[in-house]
Amino acid sequence: MMAYARALKAKEGGREYPLEAMNICEWTFSPLEVVYDYEAMRGVVTRERIESGPLSMWRYRDLLPVWDGPIVDMQTGYTPLVKADNLGEVLGLNNLYIKNDCVNPTYSFKDRVAGVAASVAQKLGFDTLACASTGNLAGAVAAHAAKAGMKCYVVIPADLEKVKVVGAAVYGPTVVAVSGTYDDVNRLCSEIADTYRWAFVNINVRPYYSEGSKTLAYEVAEQLGWRTPDHAVVPAASGSLFTKIWKGFNEFLNLGLIEEVRTRMHLVQPQGCSPIVTAFSEGTRDVRPVKPDTIAKSLAIGNPADGFYALDVLKESSGSAAAVSDPEVIDGMLLLAQTEGIFAETAGGVTISGLRRLVESGAIGKDDLTVAYVTGNGLKTQEAVEDRVETIKVQPTMESFKQALGL
Amino acid sequence: MKQRVKFTFPTKLVTEPIIYGLGKDYDVVTNIRRADVTETQGWVVLELDGNEQDIERGLAWVTKAGVRVDPVGGDVLTG
Repeated sequence: MMAYARALKAKEGGREYPLEAMNICEWTFSPLEVVYDYEAMRGVVTRERIESGPLSMWRYRDLLPVWDGPIVDMQTGYTPLVKADNLGEVLGLNNLYIKNDCVNPTYSFKDRVAGVAASVAQKLGFDTLACASTGNLAGAVAAHAAKAGMKCYVVIPADLEKVKVVGAAVYGPTVVAVSGTYDDVNRLCSEIADTYRWAFVNINVRPYYSEGSKTLAYEVAEQLGWRTPDHAVVPAASGSLFTKIWKGFNEFLNLGLIEEVRTRMHLVQPQGCSPIVTAFSEGTRDVRPVKPDTIAKSLAIGNPADGFYALDVLKESSGSAAAVSDPEVIDGMLLLAQTEGIFAETAGGVTISGLRRLVESGAIGKDDLTVAYVTGNGLKTQEAVEDRVETIKVQPTMESFKQALGL
Repeated sequence: MKQRVKFTFPTKLVTEPIIYGLGKDYDVVTNIRRADVTETQGWVVLELDGNEQDIERGLAWVTKAGVRVDPVGGDVLTG
């Protein structure tokens, strides 16, 4: 049996379904979410129980929708929460932390969600994992499929950069390159998921997959000494990560593991793809799809599935939202690397430059305990900063060396 | 076949009978499940029922008219 997960529940209308491979309510066509028996967990899922677990995301296994028995474990998670004094000094913050998910097995936070998806898929009897991705998810799913001994199909746009293709293909999936727009890829994937008995991580096992992101809340709360931060700055593509971090903090509160949730949740997006930020700043509940145009490719989702629910979290947490330009994204990547030695991908640049905007606007105070989430490794998006790094050329003589460097 | 889609309407099309046209001219049965339509914008989540070619032609007409058509559940392609 699945430890504490009870059912899938529709976000609109509340209809419940058994724990099977499905993601949409048959009645309202709204997304399904895993719901848990928190009553049964209280007093059993304790700080001590968690602290005695493995040094990975799986220490929170009780709060994840996985069955008793084998899981696909790549020792993802329990990533560093780094006190960022150097970056803090630049930004005017005395209590800043970076949650560094650059260091996961396939170098992004997507290993968390892929681990849950693969574990659930295996238990539900699927022999094939699939996803549609421009990068991080492709690598994470392919790697987990390899670890699990499952077949794997990765669907990509045909114009995807070679380095990103290699980053997924190396694990041995079948890589399907679709000629067409991103909209074409989306439509094709929906049809594929309806046709074949594959665990399509972002479609028919999406409710389970997305729960993996909650571990980014749990870890931060535990690493801060069983408390939540005053502010969390989170980049948003579909909005799923943003909503799940909020869910994770509140689950800890529900179980009595922490005393309060004091976090203001701040959502950041690139200006070239910021439908959630636009809706928030216009004060509307209507998240209008856009055509993405940004270097932050991992955040380039024009029609965010959880945009609406991200707006709910912004309201509940009294948070705010910011959209940053591509030049600011690059500046953010460089600033983080050159103050804290963390090379984050473009999404990380969105986080850092968004954080800067929030400090400048007064949304974050200088002594507030702030956690900025950095979700992927910079080696995946080197092209974004390659024009901003330089070398000094010298001849192989001391004279040339001294002259060129002024030493 | 059945297909579940979300239509997002720009301001100028909010008052146009797009869904009616889909049924009348393309023989697609439409079944609305959720919607939010105001004077300035609107979205409708609906199920389409018909043969594959009619649905394809109908959606091409809807798209050409200026309505954005997405699979229900948002973008699948992700980072």
